[in-house]
Amino acid sequence: MPTPPLTTPEERVALFQQLFSDTIPHNKALGIKVLAVARGLASMRLDWRRELVGNPETGVLAGGPITAMLDSCCGMAVATLLREPKPFATLDLRIDYAKPADPKKPVIAEAECYRITRSVAFTRAFAHQGDPKDPVAAAAGTFMLGTKGEVTRSQLVSQELNK
Amino acid sequence: MSTNLIKRLDEARKKRDVSRLAEAIPYAKWMLIAPETTTGELLTRMRYHETLIGNTHLPAIHGGTLGAMLEMAAIFHLLWETDAQTVPKIVNITVDYLRSAGPRDVIAAAKVTKQGRRMVNVFAEAWQDDRSKPVASASAHFLVQSDDTLPSL
Repeated sequence: MPTPPLTTPEERVALFQQLFSDTIPHNKALGIKVLAVARGLASMRLDWRRELVGNPETGVLAGGPITAMLDSCCGMAVATLLREPKPFATLDLRIDYAKPADPKKPVIAEAECYRITRSVAFTRAFAHQGDPKDPVAAAAGTFMLGTKGEVTRSQLVSQELNK
Repeated sequence: MSTNLIKRLDEARKKRDVSRLAEAIPYAKWMLIAPETTTGELLTRMRYHETLIGNTHLPAIHGGTLGAMLEMAAIFHLLWETDAQTVPKIVNITVDYLRSAGPRDVIAAAKVTKQGRRMVNVFAEAWQDDRSKPVASASAHFLVQSDDTLPSL
């Protein structure tokens, strides 16, 4: 389905917000906001919420929501580099929990897909709360390309970035 | 730290009701992740609900939620099956995604691979209908005795 070219960064962010958060039930439930997107790069934000806390005494977020955002953010970075639309899935994901996230402050994820082959994409990501040099978590994710299933709209999206 | 969870743990041990552990963790409640001992073995179940979905076309459960429930399974295991006096602090976790997980409950079991004085390595495996066909597995490190400022539940 041809779409009009996206000319501004705001339009791209709005499209990626729709494809990688609003239409993905779990990301929508976490309230993930797409902050920025470029070829091979993705950034997202997760706002603090009481339901996402692991320890109610400290208000520190559980690891799960950060893991889920880092997985999504790495996946979005992969989607920006697909030469041809194809389904893909996470193969493995390592998360290093560097330090507790400060309660009530948003967590920002920044992911890079640094290598993509016909079958595999390699990604790195960090999660921080304003200072990228002081991360709360780091991730390394590998994705398998050309997995089962039909091509989804989000896997077609790299074409939007070529315009 | 987490005196409330350790208090709950003592209560749960006295009443032999492991499900009380999840009640002290807001994220576990929100995700419908809870430990159970109905078969005699300690298992962790993530009850299916629509907001777990990551791919609406297949449909499949979001990989991040599988990582999250494997992490919770490892924590519940350490709390219940070892002589934990403090809440374990997670250092890192590596998740392998083995199969796509459909819109159904996910169950996980964990075991300690290596128990050190300060560090524990835990392996956890998740499945749906058939335990011999896992959907994901994980290995994770936890600090069990330390004043380090790592995330703790």
